[in-house]
Amino acid sequence: MDGHPLSHGLPPDPMLPRQFRIAKVKAEVPGVFTWHLTPLDGGGFAYQAGQFNMLYVFGVGEVPISISGDPRDGSKLIHTIRVAGSVTKVMAKMKAGEVVGVRGPFGRPWPIEAAYGSDVIFVTGTIGLAPLRPLIHEVLHQREQFGKVVICYGSRGTGDILYEDDLHHWRGRFDVNVHVTVHSAPAGYRGRVGSVAAAVRVARITGDSTTAFVCRSESMTKPAVDALHERGVTSDRIWVTLERNMRCGVGLCGHCQFGPTFMCKDGPVYRFDEIEPLFSVREV
Amino acid sequence: MKIEGLGPLVAEHPFFAGMDPAALEIVVGCCANEVFKPGAYLYRQGEPADKFYLVRDGLVAIEIYVPGRPPIAVETVEAGEIIGWSWLTPPFKWSNDARAADTVRAISIDGACLRTKMENDRTLGYEIYKRFMPIMARRLLQNRIRIVELATEPGGGE
Repeated sequence: MDGHPLSHGLPPDPMLPRQFRIAKVKAEVPGVFTWHLTPLDGGGFAYQAGQFNMLYVFGVGEVPISISGDPRDGSKLIHTIRVAGSVTKVMAKMKAGEVVGVRGPFGRPWPIEAAYGSDVIFVTGTIGLAPLRPLIHEVLHQREQFGKVVICYGSRGTGDILYEDDLHHWRGRFDVNVHVTVHSAPAGYRGRVGSVAAAVRVARITGDSTTAFVCRSESMTKPAVDALHERGVTSDRIWVTLERNMRCGVGLCGHCQFGPTFMCKDGPVYRFDEIEPLFSVREV
Repeated sequence: MKIEGLGPLVAEHPFFAGMDPAALEIVVGCCANEVFKPGAYLYRQGEPADKFYLVRDGLVAIEIYVPGRPPIAVETVEAGEIIGWSWLTPPFKWSNDARAADTVRAISIDGACLRTKMENDRTLGYEIYKRFMPIMARRLLQNRIRIVELATEPGGGE
């Protein structure tokens, strides 16, 4: 594969799926699994952190899924998928060796260069770590470009922490601070319990020299941003990724409209001040 | 050798930041230094609520007793925060357990002692309430947001 991409753009024919074989299926947490895909045509697949693909189960349907691997690892395309509807229910039953269609990559990637020279904080929860993981990999590849690196991750309980091995690995490094918080835990648990926002409040960051990358659900993005604002991180230094009903992937069908934007091409990554007013408009 | 009282430790805790030194001295008269080993309880649900704590170091888990099953930790409080406000409101009983998740160093403040001083000095009472109210309001808001999160974000297998 091509490995680390130098630029992003639409694929040659964005509506034409390429065939990929499922090389590996890995169960993550309940209801979540990861596919490792390799292209049948042997070609490359360049993408940037933050982009997504449309995954097509032939004869069933197509769903947008973030790319969640290391953009520099050219040996495989990785997608972590949560069972949420009819297509992903079928996906959950598919085995290694089966073939799916892939359209993409689509969307605006995380702007890693915007964080050069600053501290970096990642704020995410549950499956939100999947779209952020490529960026975390890339930041760690370019570790010398950044000050402090802080990861705040939240899950419902101690049994559904996504990419637990990665979190252990990152926490084991001497140059990354990892805060994991859970909503509830068995008595005697010795870690932090509460919201991700609470972890942001105690993270050792300096607001005016910090760039934040946030992946929460649309309903929980604002509370995460509010916690960052409390710490002095302004909206023009906060990048969020959102998800709606992406269909075409190229801004034609309008299913993923968010105010005056289409998430599939203007997003899914936005600088928060670009969309901040939309969060106070009902029924957008 | 000079032996210092608890005054400096109390004064440097964020809860009392900027408090008038004379008022702080009144509060310090109700304070004690405490250390809890991992797993030790600061207080238990249903017992008389006669203290609150300024957490100086460590992590305190707030646990709720659930009939028929083991207790559940629902929140943690850490260095720089306070824990316990049941001493302020009748019936002055703890509504949850608080357990040291690791070694906890804290200043405890005798609630009965402070309540009497607040009754006798309404300015002091107002000052203490002014410091408690934003914390209570923030934790209430945080928990409302957590309810929204649990109601709107998918759980495992859903």
